[in-house]
Formats: sequence, C-alpha cells, structure tokens
Amino acid sequence: MREGTDPQVEVDYAPTEAEHPGTFPYTRGIAPEPKVWVMGQYAGFGTPAESNERFRTLLDAGVTGFSVALDLPTQLGLDSDDPRAVGEVGRVGVAIDSLADIEILMDGIPLEAISQVRTTANSIGYVWAALFDALAEKRGVDPNEFGLFIQNDVLKEFIARGTQIFPPEPSLRLAADCIAWCAEHVPNWTPLAMSGYHIRESGSSAVQEIAFTFANARAYLDECLRRGVSVDAIAPTLFTFLAIQTDVLGEVAKFRAARRVWARLMRERYAAQDPRSEQLRIFAFTAGSSLTAQQPLLNLTRTAIEATIAALAGVQTMHVSAYDEALGVPTETAAMLALRTQQVVAFETGLTSTLDPFGGSYAVEALTDDLATRIWELMESIEEDGGALAAIEDGTFASALADAAYRQSLAVEAGEKVVVGVNRFPAETEPLEVFRVSPDVEASQVAAVRAVRERRDGAAVSAALARLRDDADNGRSVMPSTIDAVKAYATIGEIVAVLKEVHGAWQPSANF
Amino acid sequence: MATEREFLSGSAGSRRPRVLVAKPGLDGHDRGAKVIARALRDAGYEVIYTGLQQSPEQVVAGAIAEDVAAIGLSVLSGAHVPLSARVLDLLDSEGAGRTASPEDRIPVVVGGIIPDEDRRALLDLGVAAVFTPGASLGEIVAGFDTLCRASTQEAVDVGAAGGTDLP
Repeated sequence: MREGTDPQVEVDYAPTEAEHPGTFPYTRGIAPEPKVWVMGQYAGFGTPAESNERFRTLLDAGVTGFSVALDLPTQLGLDSDDPRAVGEVGRVGVAIDSLADIEILMDGIPLEAISQVRTTANSIGYVWAALFDALAEKRGVDPNEFGLFIQNDVLKEFIARGTQIFPPEPSLRLAADCIAWCAEHVPNWTPLAMSGYHIRESGSSAVQEIAFTFANARAYLDECLRRGVSVDAIAPTLFTFLAIQTDVLGEVAKFRAARRVWARLMRERYAAQDPRSEQLRIFAFTAGSSLTAQQPLLNLTRTAIEATIAALAGVQTMHVSAYDEALGVPTETAAMLALRTQQVVAFETGLTSTLDPFGGSYAVEALTDDLATRIWELMESIEEDGGALAAIEDGTFASALADAAYRQSLAVEAGEKVVVGVNRFPAETEPLEVFRVSPDVEASQVAAVRAVRERRDGAAVSAALARLRDDADNGRSVMPSTIDAVKAYATIGEIVAVLKEVHGAWQPSANF
Repeated sequence: MATEREFLSGSAGSRRPRVLVAKPGLDGHDRGAKVIARALRDAGYEVIYTGLQQSPEQVVAGAIAEDVAAIGLSVLSGAHVPLSARVLDLLDSEGAGRTASPEDRIPVVVGGIIPDEDRRALLDLGVAAVFTPGASLGEIVAGFDTLCRASTQEAVDVGAAGGTDLP
C-alpha cells in the first residue's frame, strides 16, 4: 500500500473523458498517483550549533526535509563582525559566515538521508550552492544524493522581501549563474524557488501572486536561455513557493490555476519538450500574515485549515507556521505542533488517497478557469511592458503591492474584512511564552568568524577572491570561483564585498 | 467601504506636521511601514519614508535635515532595542534627544514584533510610544497626534503590527 493512501477509495473519480491528474495541463496535479508531500519545517536561529540541535530534534520527530532560516546579515552578505550587523546576528535565523559554520550546522546530519534542505538564500544563492557543494565534497557525498532547495529568487526581493544587495540587473545575472550551474552539475537540486509567497504576504491578490512570480521566472529562464542552456535542463529543477491563506475555495483554485498556466507557458512560450518542464512543483507555506498576535492559539486553527487546503490542492512540499510566529521566532513546542498539524492532515484525513477531490466541482472549476485566465493576461501584459526587470526598476510591482496592502488594512480597520480576535470577537488572553535568542550569540559568532580568518590559508583566500573578481569583471559565471573561495574558507562577507566593487550596491526607494 | 478619512476622522482637522517613517537596520519587511506612512499621510501629515536598510546615522541625519516633528521606526527583525538606543543616542548628540527642550525634542515611536519586556525596555530608554502587532491604524495615528501636540514627552504605551523573517 502506498503511504498515506486508503485502498478502499479511488485515486481519481473523474469520468474517462475528463482531465486526469498527471496529464497536461496538470490542473489536477502533476502525478497520476498520490504521494505524501515533503514535510519541511522552517527553523534556525542563533549559532550554527544551536540550529543544528533544533534540526536534529525535528528530524527525530519525523520531518523529511528542513529549511534553514538565515539571519539578516548572512542574507545580506555581511559577516557577523560587520558593524552593520550589530543587533541582528542570529536573530531571525542562524548566522552563517563561512564553510566552517555549515560544517557545524550539518554536523551529524546525514545529507543523503534528507530529501530536501531548503534555505532563504536569495541575494547569496550562488554562495549557498557553493557551500553545500563544498560540504558534499568534504563528506565524500555525491551532491545529487540530497536535495538542496535554494530560494535564489532575488527579483522578488526587490518587490517584497527586501534583502537585495546589488542592482536588479546584476542580481538577476548572479541568480542565473547559480541556476545554470546547478542544472548542469546537480540536476537533483532546486536552484530556484519561484516565490509568490512574499508577494502575497506584501498584500497582493492571488492573481498578482502567480502572475508576478511567473513574470520573474521568465526573466531567469530568458537569461539562462541566452547563455545556451535549454529550457528542459532548467524547468524540471524548479519549484514554485506559494502562500496558503484561509480562503478555502479560492486557494485550492489558485494552486490548480497556477499549474495550468505554467504548463501552458512552458508549452506555448518556451516550446518545452520534457513533460517535467510543464509540471509545476509546488511548495506551499501557510501565510504568516494570516496569523494574529491576539488570541494566538487561534493560529493553530488557521494553519490546520491552510494545511488542509494545500492537501486538497495537491502540493509537493509544505510548511505549517507555528502559532506563536506573530510574536517571534517559534518556541520548540510551537514548532513541534506545526509539524504534527501536517502529520494529522497527511495521515488522518484521507486527503492523500484521492487526487484533486475538488476536480469537477462547479465552484472550484469556475474559480480555476477565471483565475487562470486573469493570471495569463496579467503575466502577458507585464511581458509586453518590458518584463519583470522593467516592472521592478520602475516600481510598478512595488506600488501595486503597497496599494493593495493599504486597502486591506483599511478593510480590516473598517471591519469589512473579518479577522477573528482582532476586529471581531476580541478577548484578553494570557501572554504566551516567547522564544528568546540568547544574548551571547553575537559575541560568540563574532569570535568564531575571527578565529576562522586566523586559521585559514590567507594566500589561498586572496587568490580565490582575485579570480572571483576577474570572473565578475569579465561577465563569466561566478560559480567556479565562488566554490574555490568557500573551500578556502573565504567568508560570505568577503565574497559579497568583492562583487559589490564590481556591481555596485542597490539604492533604496523612498516611495510608499 | 469607509474611506480613510472616515476612520481617521477623530483626529482630522488642523494641518499636521512633517514626520519621518524609517526602516533602520537590515529588516526588509516594509509592508507595515508603508501602510503606516500612507495612513499618516491620509491623516494630513507630511510623511517622509526612508526606504529599506538605513543605518541609525542615516535615519537621524534625515530627521534633522527635514526638521521632522517625530520619527517612526519600524523593526520586525528583533533588533529593535540596539537600533532604537542608537537612534536615541544620536538624537541626543544632535540636541534633539531626551534632554532637549520640548520644542527641540524629536520623539521616537517604535513599531514591530516587540515582546512585552522589550517594550518596557524601549520605554525606559526614552522611546515615546511602542506599537506591536494588532494596533489599529487609528490608534497609531492618534499616538502621533498626541506626541506631535504634546509639549512634554511622556511615554504613551499603545498597543500594534508585524511578523518574523519571511521564510
């Protein structure tokens, strides 16, 4: 018996002439057989050693993949002892400065036993790929034996998440360096998670979430194709990373519509030949913005509904947020309950036995058709106006999201959009215990990175960084020289500083 | 649907001063800061937004150069205490800080994911008001109204909005 399936029920009840799961355009799912999604939980804080301990706890509890949350200095290419990192080290994720930290982070965790290691590396996606390639080599493991899942969607950082380092154009090229290198060397890795989650979290509609995401994806694909990489070498390695809000029918329809639009995009605009290129793999993440600080235990209810939506829609990977995430980094208790929520949905509800159970529903099919049409039209209009890069550079995306976010806030304020516990049914609740990052993290990480700089071979680092600079200056892929640099224990801050000299820094916008 | 003006009507009326909404530090989440900037603008304030990734030095330099009546700091990364402390110190050295006369003083409002004990720490440091997840736009605008009107700067502990780092 397949895991999580019930032999008493059919996988698909659709009549023969209907669209079936596993067939183009994959509205009803990318595979003909059910499969339990990868359960990866987003975790990481403090020092690499502290995060390593949390990961081991989660692995023992049954996660089949996990996600490394990185602190902001790491995401922005600043070492822990950089003056701009003060107060931020180890806060929203783990602090990583060099390969030495990755060795500690993954200590005792068998890489080949993990189906998916995700991360929030975006502006530093190419460094992250290099770090895990170097780790695999040190461990004597074929990097294709595990699944590294790199967000690497730097374009959406300009729209929504805000960890961009370089101007948009060189940022796009660095992301493409990573995508193209992974497609050639480690096709089992996911070198890009086409991310709509953060766009939705910034206030977008479901249509904008998918259309902006695919517009960004087209920019990466076009850049890789210009370098002579084929669409069928890249598209099968990709995932999309989308939000799940509590709108049950709308969100099920959104995931279905996204699969249909992607399949059509690959076939009609990219002439993909490999069916896997047309099969959109989805990583669904319960929406942080749906969580409330008031009556926080209600978030358990919300995330259980959201996880059920993702199961109904048929996704490949899922993360359920912890109930205390509106208050800070999750406590271990809350993180564990989030994982258990996934397990209840996967193993008790029967939703992993029958594929796309909403297929054929008047409501969901109509919503799917409508969303797919509107997503396609918006995506095409962005393309006609110069594509994602133009929409980022002229602020079109950012202002659309700011408008939408403000409208939503006004609707909550006016009570038109009900948020239980906030504008309806408020109640006083006992304050929750919140997670506190140890105040010693910063000092200990600063000491660690300085010790690494002391004990490494300085000449090897300088030589590798000089080669990196030369490659970047001459428009070559930075992947080979970045791999050499991380193997010599160059820090992420040193690598990024070299590229900043070449590409310059991104300039913030004062528009709101 | 109610207009912005209607829900903010309690505080409407006279022309309001200039304020700075800032994103100090490395946190890239600007949904909240932009919503607050718009709400203040629609309530009649002249609003200057710094954009992302600003150092405390840049924030204070901007506040002094633009002669603002108040500063709103939005921090969702957990670094609110050191960043706010630095901004307050820099304001002190510019003569617009905690020991300045009421007419020279620039009050600092902080919003973000701020645990209770940090809220108290911020108020003890001299932050004028703290808003955590759940504060309404109306409350936040009213907080600015009070501060910008007040000749003395007393701590106004109001309640409001944010999340941890996005995955």
